[in-house]
Amino acid sequence: MATPQRERPDPDALLAQLQQEEAQARRGKLRIYFGASAGVGKTYAMLCAARKLSEEGRDVVVGVVETHGRGETAALLEGLAVLPPKELEYKGNRLKEFDLDAAIARRPQLILVDELAHTNASGSRHPKRWQDVEELLASGIDVFTTLNVQHLESLNDVVGGITGIRVWETLPDTFFDRADEVILVDIPADELLGRLKAGKVYFAEQAERASKNFFRKGNLIALRELALRRTADRVEEDVQSYRAKQAIERVWKTEASFLCCIGPRPGGDRAVRSAARLATQLNVDWTAVYVETPALQKLPSARRERILRTVKLAHDLGANTAILSGSDAPSTIIEYARSRNISKIIFGRSHSNRVSFWRPSFGARLAALAPDVDLLEIGRSDAVTTPQEREEYEVASVGDDGKSAQRLLSYAIAAAACAIPTLAGSVLLPYFDPANIVMLFLLTVAVVAVIFGRGPAVLATVLGVISFDFFFVPPRLSFVVSDIQYVLTFAVMLAVGLIISQLTAGLRYQARIASHREERSRALYEFARDLSSPLRAEDVVATTADFIGRTFRAKVALLLPDSTDHLVYAPLRSPLPIDLGTAQWAFDRSQPAGAGTDTLPGNEYLYLPLRAPMRTRGVLAIRPDSRRLLLVPEQRRQLDTFAALVAIALERVHYVEVAQQALIKMESERLRNSLLSALSHDLRTPLAALFGLADSLRLSKPPLSAQQENIADAIREAARGMSALVNNLLDMARIQSGEVRLNLQWQPFEEVVGSALKSTQTILANHRIEVDLDRQLPLIQFDAVLIERVLSNLLENAAKYTPAGSTVRLGATPTNDHELLVTVADNGPGLPKGQEEAIFDKFTRGARESATSGVGLGLAICRAIVEAHNGKIWAESVAESGARFSFTLPLGTPPELPKSIEEQSQAAAV
Amino acid sequence: MSEPQPVAVLVEDERQIRRFVRTALESESWIVFEAETLKKGLTEAGTRKPDLVIVDLGLPDGSGVDLIRELRGWSQMPIIVLSARAGETDKVEALDAGADDYLTKPFGVGELLARVRAALRRRLAAGAGKPSVRIGDVEVDLTTRTVRKRGEAIHLTPIEYRLLTLLISSAGRVLTHRHICREVWGPSHEQSAHYSRIYMAHLRRKLEDDPARPKHILTETGVGYRLSI
Repeated sequence: MATPQRERPDPDALLAQLQQEEAQARRGKLRIYFGASAGVGKTYAMLCAARKLSEEGRDVVVGVVETHGRGETAALLEGLAVLPPKELEYKGNRLKEFDLDAAIARRPQLILVDELAHTNASGSRHPKRWQDVEELLASGIDVFTTLNVQHLESLNDVVGGITGIRVWETLPDTFFDRADEVILVDIPADELLGRLKAGKVYFAEQAERASKNFFRKGNLIALRELALRRTADRVEEDVQSYRAKQAIERVWKTEASFLCCIGPRPGGDRAVRSAARLATQLNVDWTAVYVETPALQKLPSARRERILRTVKLAHDLGANTAILSGSDAPSTIIEYARSRNISKIIFGRSHSNRVSFWRPSFGARLAALAPDVDLLEIGRSDAVTTPQEREEYEVASVGDDGKSAQRLLSYAIAAAACAIPTLAGSVLLPYFDPANIVMLFLLTVAVVAVIFGRGPAVLATVLGVISFDFFFVPPRLSFVVSDIQYVLTFAVMLAVGLIISQLTAGLRYQARIASHREERSRALYEFARDLSSPLRAEDVVATTADFIGRTFRAKVALLLPDSTDHLVYAPLRSPLPIDLGTAQWAFDRSQPAGAGTDTLPGNEYLYLPLRAPMRTRGVLAIRPDSRRLLLVPEQRRQLDTFAALVAIALERVHYVEVAQQALIKMESERLRNSLLSALSHDLRTPLAALFGLADSLRLSKPPLSAQQENIADAIREAARGMSALVNNLLDMARIQSGEVRLNLQWQPFEEVVGSALKSTQTILANHRIEVDLDRQLPLIQFDAVLIERVLSNLLENAAKYTPAGSTVRLGATPTNDHELLVTVADNGPGLPKGQEEAIFDKFTRGARESATSGVGLGLAICRAIVEAHNGKIWAESVAESGARFSFTLPLGTPPELPKSIEEQSQAAAV
Repeated sequence: MSEPQPVAVLVEDERQIRRFVRTALESESWIVFEAETLKKGLTEAGTRKPDLVIVDLGLPDGSGVDLIRELRGWSQMPIIVLSARAGETDKVEALDAGADDYLTKPFGVGELLARVRAALRRRLAAGAGKPSVRIGDVEVDLTTRTVRKRGEAIHLTPIEYRLLTLLISSAGRVLTHRHICREVWGPSHEQSAHYSRIYMAHLRRKLEDDPARPKHILTETGVGYRLSI
């Protein structure tokens, strides 16, 4: 039955889907009660549902619920288990927060966590409550939570525009979209207002004023519409993902995906949020890019940081982000879009004062460059720009102090440089035309442009034109120009100077970018090369700390797990203040933590898990001198690449070790085996010969005298004893080396008793044997040869340590613990007191001075064999009736004997 | 002594063991030919027309099992194997290859001679087709398919009877679990050793006085069973 190739589902896709479903099954389920505003009854609805589940027998715990003093809601809490809050000290206040660790330790099936968008008090593990919820879900706990529409990141500014109140507690849309269920709690605006008037919705005093503005009918209607729409979008998404799941094969939606441009001006967040909303509605991937032009590179660091925050916001909202470098933003963006087959571009509207006749707007330039690409311009957002942002922008425009001094210096040097052609020109003027002196000035402009960039070069151009006019154009030492043709010279000189400075500055920038890039790839190459040689983990650690420290100008530590998967920090030089708890968190979850991440961002260090193909191999802790480094996506990406390289190197080292150990083990096993087999052959063969030859003396003719025959018997017995000893020693060596593989078979226990009794019958000839076996013993799984040895050793012991004529009792009976209990008891002198356990040790004998032969290996072998069968063996003295040895064997479930066998053979027999 | 002397071929690389085995056999008036290698053993067995071959499993130029397979290709003469202890798999292999019996080193003269006598007796008895067999107190009538113990009829299921006749037909020989399963249940059940163990236990309970200390249906631990008449 050959299926045609194309009809068969792609096995990789199937596997990925299965794995995803498996991960989903392990994850807890998230249900969000979603409402248009406070007071619609989300918490009430959540509690009602939870009570119902609790009555059905589910383990429900209230993690945190805000009742806002509403009586009805508080009444619902009764009878539900409530997790006590964690108290945190913050600036002298005691704050109550949700206790994440207690919740995870408690492990309920379902936990209620109100107010998903809540911001945790500083000092908590995560800055946001939704990250707590994420961790609860990851540890397999179901979560019910509540959310208002105004807290959704992508709707944040829209709601702000409607109500005039901007909330700062936001939830990334990706998290909302990943929720398993969203339940819309909805009541009409009039009813909500009615409830408000009736006093059913209470607010804390400080919020009262704000709420009065907020709860206007118009606002409530608009919010309700937003909430309904958002829910509708989600339902649509559910349908889409259901369809995708049914078809397995996912359609690659590149054609529909779009690109969002992040500009340098404040308000870029708005374009990003709009893009995120659009992406959700269209259910497509999107990309956010920021183009860093030479001009933008000179922005003060505060503004660059804000741009990077916008890039991060885009990332949080689900975009792929990239920072591109190019001298011209529109052409770079178009190029990027074409390379990724993106046909829609979204950007924020430019500020009108920048648009003029010779400088077309950003949008117009995009349109001119790529007429086939759809453009979507998002309106400006001055209204919602916060005072803080604007201030930041204005401060930034003034320029920051650090670099401006340096810039002033370069302008001064540029001005001074103009003196050189002036002086040289004065010397040369008698011999050269003024037109040639112009060349000296242009040379100066070119040199200044190469060294200091565009600004100083422009200054040099202007100064050059002025000095030329003043010093060289007749009449000299005046700005008056007698010959009109020099006006052309000035114009050309100015134009050429400006063009040169522009071109050179561009070249300079490109060269710098290229060298940055080259530096990065060289660093990567060198790092990979350095990591390819170490054969020990310590060398990898040293190489990594050294290299990454140098490349990123950072403090670096590498933490490796011990055998119990706990990270250990072994400082190379002076120890760094590493937070092992955060590092362990990053290791256990294989997620980055610390600075620049969502988990414990207050930490000084960034903790990157070293993910290798087989498992996480450790954590890289890094603290760059400038924290901004962690925000730049390019740098983070390079850091991630480095981490991956380290992880692979560690994995390689690990497997080198494994291979070496395996080799050593194989080698030593081979050696031991050959030694054992040589020993067993070389010792046993002569003993067998000795035994046989002594025995054959009895056949000699003429027959031996009685005395001679005694000697022959003595030799034979000595050889037999020796042979038994060698067997014991070799067996012990075999068992201890773990080489013995049990030949487990289902068999009646009676059988092995029979053969043990038969093999010891000569030794036990002078003892009375009583056998008491349960008639109904089931089949038991054991290695018959080894268990026969146990029984023979125990019987032999009984014979050895009891006087002739004693009784040896052998019994076997099933116990309640699903085990078979076997006992060998005698009525001899019993065991020496306190030695019941010690006699099982190697080379220990009951009576040290006795004349009985043996070295005390028998019981040690018995113990090793019984324990290999997962049983126990022990000895005890029984009052007045000697010693009793007992051991147990697990009973297991014997295989069924098919009835048909008997019938089949019956048919055959007839 | 008008009867011709029986001939044995002894294949064993250890000189001292050869020596006492030879002494023991000669005391029972056997003619013994020795061979210290597998190759020479084959030649001796092929040319001396032996009544018995004794083979050590560990030979310098190969395994005794190969020798047994070779011999069984053209002869049904009794073969006794000498083997080291703890070599249950070797023994089973040798028995499955066609050996009749085995002796574990170290062994005494008495043990050796008893096995040799039993093997020889079996060869002489083969093909005699006796109508009834006595096993201790148990009388088995092969023509009427009835089993009596001290005159009392014992009911056996068809499988048990088949097992018993298999044991009788190879009395004194060691039968491996695999051999028993193949003969009684067919080749597809060769690996089902627990079948043979269960039915052997049933048979013992019906025929032996004390099934925990059997006198006739003996267990060769880790190898199989032997009927001792």
